[in-house]
Amino acid sequence: MSSVLSVKNLTKTFPSGDRTITVLDNVSFDLSAGDTCAIVGPSGSGKTTLLGLSAGLDNPTSGSVMLCGYAIDSLSEDERAAVRSEHVGFIFQTFRLIPTLTALENVMVPAELRGRSHVGDEAREMLASVGLADRTHHYPAQLSGGEQQRVGIARAFINRPDILFADEPTGNLDADTGSSIEDLLFKLNATAGTALVIVTHNPSLARRANRILKLRRGAIELDELQQAASHVSQSA
Amino acid sequence: MLLYISSMIVGVAALVSINSFGDNLRQAIDAQAETLLGADLSFEGRTPFSDVIEAVIDSLGGEQSRRTSFASMAYFPATGDVRLSTIRGHEPGFPYYGEIETDPPEAGRSYITGRNALVDGTLMHQFNVSVGDSVRIGTVMYRVAGRLIQTPRETAAVMLFSPRIYVPLAELDKSLLQRGSRAEYEVYFRFRDGRDADAIVDELKPLLRAHNVRTDTVKEEKEGWDRSLSNLYRFLSLVGFMALILGSLGVASSIHVYIRQRIQTVAILRCFGAKAWSTFHIYLFQAIGMGLVGVTIGSALGFGIQALIPIVLGDFLPVDVAFSVSWSAIWLGAGIGMGVTILFALLPLLSVKDVSPLIAFRSELETDTHRPRSLFWWLINGIIALGIILFAVIQAPQPVVGVFYALGLFVVFGVLWIVARSMIILLRRHTPRNFPYVWRQGIANLYRPNNQTLIMTLALGLGTFLIATMLLAQQSLLKQISLVTDGDRPNLVFFDIQPDQVDGISRTLAEYDMPLIDSVPIVSMRITALNGETIESMRADSTRRLTWAHSREYRSTYRHGLTDSEELIEGVIVEAVSTNHEGLIPITVESDVAETLDLAVGDSVEFNVQGIAVRTEISGIRTVDWQRMQANFFFVFPSGVLEEAPQFNVVLTRASSEKIAAEVQSSVVQHFPNVSSIDISLVMNVFDAIFRRIAFVIQFMALFSIIAGLLVLSAAVFISRFQRMEESVLLKTLGASRSQILRIMLVEYSTLGLLAASTGLVLAIGAGWGLANFVFEVDFVLPVQYLLYLVLAELTLTIVVGFVNSRGVYERQPLEVLRSEV
Repeated sequence: MSSVLSVKNLTKTFPSGDRTITVLDNVSFDLSAGDTCAIVGPSGSGKTTLLGLSAGLDNPTSGSVMLCGYAIDSLSEDERAAVRSEHVGFIFQTFRLIPTLTALENVMVPAELRGRSHVGDEAREMLASVGLADRTHHYPAQLSGGEQQRVGIARAFINRPDILFADEPTGNLDADTGSSIEDLLFKLNATAGTALVIVTHNPSLARRANRILKLRRGAIELDELQQAASHVSQSA
Repeated sequence: MLLYISSMIVGVAALVSINSFGDNLRQAIDAQAETLLGADLSFEGRTPFSDVIEAVIDSLGGEQSRRTSFASMAYFPATGDVRLSTIRGHEPGFPYYGEIETDPPEAGRSYITGRNALVDGTLMHQFNVSVGDSVRIGTVMYRVAGRLIQTPRETAAVMLFSPRIYVPLAELDKSLLQRGSRAEYEVYFRFRDGRDADAIVDELKPLLRAHNVRTDTVKEEKEGWDRSLSNLYRFLSLVGFMALILGSLGVASSIHVYIRQRIQTVAILRCFGAKAWSTFHIYLFQAIGMGLVGVTIGSALGFGIQALIPIVLGDFLPVDVAFSVSWSAIWLGAGIGMGVTILFALLPLLSVKDVSPLIAFRSELETDTHRPRSLFWWLINGIIALGIILFAVIQAPQPVVGVFYALGLFVVFGVLWIVARSMIILLRRHTPRNFPYVWRQGIANLYRPNNQTLIMTLALGLGTFLIATMLLAQQSLLKQISLVTDGDRPNLVFFDIQPDQVDGISRTLAEYDMPLIDSVPIVSMRITALNGETIESMRADSTRRLTWAHSREYRSTYRHGLTDSEELIEGVIVEAVSTNHEGLIPITVESDVAETLDLAVGDSVEFNVQGIAVRTEISGIRTVDWQRMQANFFFVFPSGVLEEAPQFNVVLTRASSEKIAAEVQSSVVQHFPNVSSIDISLVMNVFDAIFRRIAFVIQFMALFSIIAGLLVLSAAVFISRFQRMEESVLLKTLGASRSQILRIMLVEYSTLGLLAASTGLVLAIGAGWGLANFVFEVDFVLPVQYLLYLVLAELTLTIVVGFVNSRGVYERQPLEVLRSEV
């Protein structure tokens, strides 16, 4: 299997007064196409920072990230945006839909940013696949939290990304809705072959991933590979 | 709350500056009342004073100074240029109060001895004339002693119509005052013994009227200016009024946004036991506190702007307005500003009272805006409407005018609101779905939550409306003037031609290969009786109301039949009568003047034709198209009656270019110094200059509105800064490039600019059409090119202000914003 994400010795520090805070400390891991990986850990352990750096949303202090064949830390802002547009999808805890666009238009955004036109039918299909065929012309404010997250998922998959980063995708949803969103994510992972990187506090969601990275104080405390029959653990 | 404070600042600044200026102007008029007239009393007549009046003048004594004014061509030998001007011949003495301001200053006093002239600054600039050059009026050559800056009884704007040239009366070419020429004879008095000029006028009024002598006193002059200035003040009040209402809308809008952002806090306070009214009061006190800051800054700014107003309006004012603090205006402006602000803040604040504590747990309840309106809501709306009317009544010169202001304002804003709202809805519903994404996203951004699109469209639209309406009216009138001389129609008129000079003028025209399109004899006369009743007896009857048509001097002609600008609507035309005709002379009358004088076919009219009584009968009534550039008349006589009366001629011709028109005028003036001329290019230039000055005043007014709009825009962009950053970061995260995000912003701001410009334009086209058709009665002209410039200017301003306030939005790192929620 080819590697979609390769993180090597990633370190991120922030100045804070006279001190320097290390948020991520020498983190390394690789993901292959179709892999699913949950990043877990207590608040402040560096989960979101790791996700952001992996997706090219920020520059590391040291180390490197190879995303879908690109050394993203050496790319310009626009070049990184182009890589994200081509290969990456995102799902956010607070959905982050554009309030002035309808559900259908929200789904179309990544495709249109990529320069694709006439994607209306494709976006409708995506919405139908997440169970929102009848909500295409509703604005985000007219949708429930679960429905908004489904739109978020449809939007994330419209460009058939190689890898999808999800930041607490069920964090703002009730258990039932959260569970159906999880099902949807893993179903799309299975059918589209998209690698999933999920930051979560939810143990049951984490357990559905075939790899769990547990962070503590910016370092990988546990890198656990899960398989159907057996669990293989290896220390970081 | 930047928007809140800046909205108030603009409104209060406008109000304070305008009211302060109004106070300063009134003080200046009171302090300089005597300089308005330049004397204690004046007599004015269209003919030299009769012996009776001369005896009265003599008996009045005091210091006296005469002035004779008439229109004549001024010829500048250095350049060969000529220009129709108002020549005023002065005796030493006038003005007794104030002075003739000139450059150099001593020329205002020294010109009166010798052949010197003071020439209007515009004229000197136009023909590049310097002090020391010569100007010829009639047959007399004068040395230009100085440039006229300001004089009693004349404003710079008046001088635009006909430039003034002052010369000593003793040095005047008297041949220019031949019988039939238009002239104005005045005598100015100063009474050092403190006599009451108004009492003198009251006593002499019947006698003076009988001899067609008008009077003017300091009191009358001041009252006249008070009337004119109350119009100006009315206009300025309207500016202040609109600026404050715009500011108030900004207040309502910003409080709305402020409250929406604090609903969660209010809900939490309510959870912990805060009462509904307590939370309402917390925010009301906040609004009042910030209002006070706005009022203070606004008053200070208004005080500064006040100094600018005389610069804008200087040409229309008779006196120099000194700059001083008007505390009453500041207190009034601040008080009204604060009052209106609180009223407009109440409405959005009311929603604080209705915030449910549940929102602290379930924020989606926030969007429930379909609650029925409470009694308080209606009450506050009623108070706002009453407040606006009250404010208008305070601000207007008279209470009735104030009520009309308020009603007018409701209508203007109502129509603007309807147009703006319709356009916004139209845009939202009908943005083509196949538009590129960047376009759709930019347009959609105008509807982001808590957007200020409508208020920005209103404020900017109002500014566009004012400027565009002015432009449309100006262009329609200019087009009309150029149209009346299209084709073979005359574009150059010579007048004050003595009968024996007509042939000479014809020859001069022939030399320049110009046609003599028409030569019309003109005889001056006054009506003395209508249907046997004398004007004098009508005047003595206090129950009768005489009009301008009863007492004016008529310039009539005699000819066969009608011209092509006339149509007979009643009766017949008698083309000629024999020279020994007995009985009443059949004449025709123009329909409007017939109506004013209540004349019908068969009625008799007696004229005084320069001393000789001529009795006539109305045989027909004509309509006249006064817009044609040709000699038109109220009364037309048949041939055979007036041929021997003192008269002058008007000759109409057509010059193929402005250059030839200038050359032929120069040649005519040199050969026939008493002949005056006027060409269409002069009319156009004068008209253009006047319009430009009026437009400047209107633009100043529009400026307040546009500044208010741009402030709302700046503040709105600033308020939604975090929202914009989030959007920008989200789009970056989803793969948008810098150029895509900037293009989205560009679309958003240009759409907003276009929306505002279109709203203003739609209304302006309506208003311009109305003005053209019903006020000026000319064809409506749509100057697309100028309107495009206007739209482009507004577009550029909106984009620049939008981008300046959005700077830095793109630079934020995606992760920074993502982390803000984790």
